[in-house]
Order: sequence, then C-alpha cells, then structure tokens
Amino acid sequence: MADLQKKEPVALPTWPDEVYRVLKDADVRQVGMVPDAGHSRLIRAFEADPQARVITLTTEEEGIAMLAGAWLGGERGVLLLQSSGVGNCINMLSLPMICRMPLLMLVTMRGEWGEFNPWQVPMGQGTRAVLEAMGVIVTRADEPHLVASTVSGAANLAFNTWRPAAVLIGQRVLGAKNFKELARK
Amino acid sequence: MNVPNELLHRRDVVNELLRDRSDLLVVAGLGAPNWDISAAGDSPNNFPLWGAMGAAAMMGFGLAIAQPKRRVLVITGDGEMLMSLGALATIAVQNPPNLTIAVLDNERFGETGMQKTHTAGGVDLAGIATAAGFRTSRIVRTMAEVTEIRDLAHHGNGPVFAQVKINPEALYFVLPPADGGILTTRFRQSVLGDGSLYN
Repeated sequence: MADLQKKEPVALPTWPDEVYRVLKDADVRQVGMVPDAGHSRLIRAFEADPQARVITLTTEEEGIAMLAGAWLGGERGVLLLQSSGVGNCINMLSLPMICRMPLLMLVTMRGEWGEFNPWQVPMGQGTRAVLEAMGVIVTRADEPHLVASTVSGAANLAFNTWRPAAVLIGQRVLGAKNFKELARK
Repeated sequence: MNVPNELLHRRDVVNELLRDRSDLLVVAGLGAPNWDISAAGDSPNNFPLWGAMGAAAMMGFGLAIAQPKRRVLVITGDGEMLMSLGALATIAVQNPPNLTIAVLDNERFGETGMQKTHTAGGVDLAGIATAAGFRTSRIVRTMAEVTEIRDLAHHGNGPVFAQVKINPEALYFVLPPADGGILTTRFRQSVLGDGSLYN
C-alpha cells in the first residue's frame, strides 16, 4: 500500500498557481486561513501579494464572520481550511446563508483516499454532508488539472449568486501522508 | 456622574458611544446589544446580528480592513465575546487602527435566564485583550470613561478594546429588521453606494 501511494502524483506544481490566478481574477483581497500543507503554496503566493491580506485564524469559523464583514465593506475573500475545520464552522455558516452573502471555501481533504490517521476519518467522511446540511453548494476536484476550473466555477457561483460555495480538493490531488514511514526516520 | 460601585445602564452607554455618530459603522452581537443599538436609532450603517454567536468581533474586523478610511465599532455582550476569545488574538496580531470593540459586560447570559458568565467568575476580558496585544484595552465603570471610549472609537488610534461593566437589567426589546438580506443590502448600499445593488 505504501508503495502504491508513492507512485501517485504528489501535487502537480502548477495547480496552486492556477488557483491563485483564478482567485486574483475574482478580486479576492482577504485570505482567511487555518493552514494545511495542501494550501501552503497558495498561501505563499498570497503572502507575496501586496494587494491581498493573509489572516491567520485561531479557528475556521472566525473566517466565516470575517468574510461576512469583508462583503459588507465591499471586499471579496476566500477561506482556506482543511476538512477537519469544516466542523468548526457549522453554526457560523448561518451567517452567509441567511444574509445572502457570498462565501468561498477551499477545503483540502483528509480522512479519505489513502488516509493513514484514523482520527481524520470521521470529519473527513462528514465534510460534504455537514456543508450541504448548512446549505453550502459543494463541488469537488480529484484531479490536479481540474482544481482551478472547479474553483473558478465555485467563485462565480458564490460571488454572483450570493451563496456559500465550497470546493473539496481530494486527498488524491494532495498525496497521502504515511506517518509510519515518517516515524521510522 | 456615577457614584463609585453604581453599575452603568447599558442604553446610556450605547447612546453615548453612538452620540454624533457621523459615518461610524456599527456591528452588534446577538441579543441585547442588538436591541440596544436599535433603541439608539436604527440605521443602515448598523449591522445587528440575530444569531451566529461569536461572529461580532471578526465581522467588525473584516469590515474594518475592507473600509480602512471608515471607523468601525463592535458592540457586543460578554457571553458573545467569551465564545470567540481567539478572535481577540487574531485581531490583535492584525492590529487594525480603525476598529473598537466595546463589550457590554453584565456578567450574565441575558437572553436565556440571566445565568452567570465567566466574567462573573472573575475572568478579565480587558486583561485578555491586553495580553493579546490590543493597543488600548480598558475596564470601564463610569460615563466619563465611556465618553473616552466613544472618542477613541471615533478618532483614536486602534485597535481599542473596552469591557464596560453594566447593570444586569432586562429592558424592553427594540427590534431592527430581522431579514439578513435587508440588513446586508441596506448596509452595502449605504457604504458602497447604489452601484452595490447592481453587483
């Protein structure tokens, strides 16, 4: 199994750069995030961008409220989080839903294909159900070359129809960690 | 002027914070702070929350960095603020100069039967904000101190945090529009102009 995973592509180097371009085209200025390794390249791109502001959050629901305030003030943003953070957002998702505000969430998945850590599985398997239960429109990318176009579609949906939309970036795109291998080192 | 140990009245505090409010933008946490800012006079520049407990501070922050030339005042309760203490750390690190957070601290969950909050047990919210790195953070017990916070909110160098000790009185409700779409649209129209309607 470990050998099989090693042969999978580990994050094509281009897709985070394509996502950055898509988000720039969407005029994203506020980037709220609780970091994930899968978002690290995108975060670095925004950190180097003087027109954007990267805000590290203590918990993901802070970002839902922050981006609601951003929309009131005429700025667009994005929330970068890992699937485990979706659970932290549940009640706060009331805000964009009831206020008809856009919200764009990019969720890197854990607890699915290739997962090694059993503690990631419950929230990973519940991520889509939780988002959909709160009225978030969910789309998903499982191939590196489809991530940017999926984000583009979700951004259009969010900002043009004033709805929360999430893109799940599959673990197959990101590559699975193998903690046992790391532990042997 | 208040005699020592006499707790302030929440609507006196809010009326003073919002005196001559000019183009001040206001976000209020759910429950009594919502009714308080509405009692002071409903305005399209108010965003009164009816839910999303824990949202107020971060919503004010997102607004403040989106509108750096405007002043933003968050008015919320101690229970609502306690639910998002991490937001104080997030905001302090970002250091927004145009944001003031005023917590109306009656040491109670007022909407649910006046159960005691952690501030009744001695938790020092202003101390937490100071430790997080807020430029200015105070416990406020007199109307003269409220006026100082009002002036800081309107003209001062933020971020400012104020924990205003108030009487745990239950007052009549003054309700703003409950429809989130109306609240959002009228706020954006006021701040961003009619063009926001065509977005």
